[in-house]
Amino acid sequence: MSDMTLKPQGDREIVVVRAFNAPRDLVFDAFTKPELVQRWMLGTDGWSMPVCRIDFKVGGKGRYEWKSPDGKHGMALSAEFVEIERPARIVHKEIFDGTPKPIASHITSTFVEEDGRTTLTMVIRYPTPEVRDFMLKSGMEKGMALSFTRLEKMVS
Amino acid sequence: MTLDTTFAALSDPTRRAILARLALGEATVNELAKPFDMSQPAISKHLKVLEQAGLISRGRDAQRRPCRLETRPLADANVWLERYRALFEARFQKLDSLLEEMKAERAKRKPSPRGARK
Repeated sequence: MSDMTLKPQGDREIVVVRAFNAPRDLVFDAFTKPELVQRWMLGTDGWSMPVCRIDFKVGGKGRYEWKSPDGKHGMALSAEFVEIERPARIVHKEIFDGTPKPIASHITSTFVEEDGRTTLTMVIRYPTPEVRDFMLKSGMEKGMALSFTRLEKMVS
Repeated sequence: MTLDTTFAALSDPTRRAILARLALGEATVNELAKPFDMSQPAISKHLKVLEQAGLISRGRDAQRRPCRLETRPLADANVWLERYRALFEARFQKLDSLLEEMKAERAKRKPSPRGARK
């Protein structure tokens, strides 16, 4: 049921499209209410999100903090909401500070409902082509690190 | 080689078609120009972009200079996109189950019209 597409667009954008089997006001809530966000916006390997604060209004700020299962590693993201059109559209800026240099992105999310299903389209724009490349590549390194952790668990 | 160079080279339909053709085996500029109904210089321009992106290499034979597909940058770009995709997909699958719960919760609070008695 989950046909997701994730594609580069132009020289500095990534576009993610995914359909959900739910009306869009529920999907919209899941993206904007902290107690709901904390339940799904996680990593792939047991990371949790102990901190999630969202002041959901134009000009309002958001703060998301993740922790690794052993509590030794963390990642954090700050957001600012630029446009809000409930339950159809959110434009926000993100600063990701889990990397040596903070990474900024500008994200437009649209929610379109049809026959009780909601299609989410996220256009993620990075400031330069190099930053987009870096995000894609670091995602890979993290994924590889996780795979190695799993491998270690299996052989030890 | 940056990913951007790869993506930019792949953004053009003619260049993608050229790569698809080269996946079947090497070909000269003339052989490539034929099915595309394009002039040789126009094809050569596309080949230059592909070559700069490392997606193809050209033979040494000065006369023919056959083009060959280089799969490495394409494979790298795919691996990177796959990793990114895996993270999103893992999150969205958690969101799927959360949404099922939210729908069930809503149905409990407010019976749907279909479930209501006439």
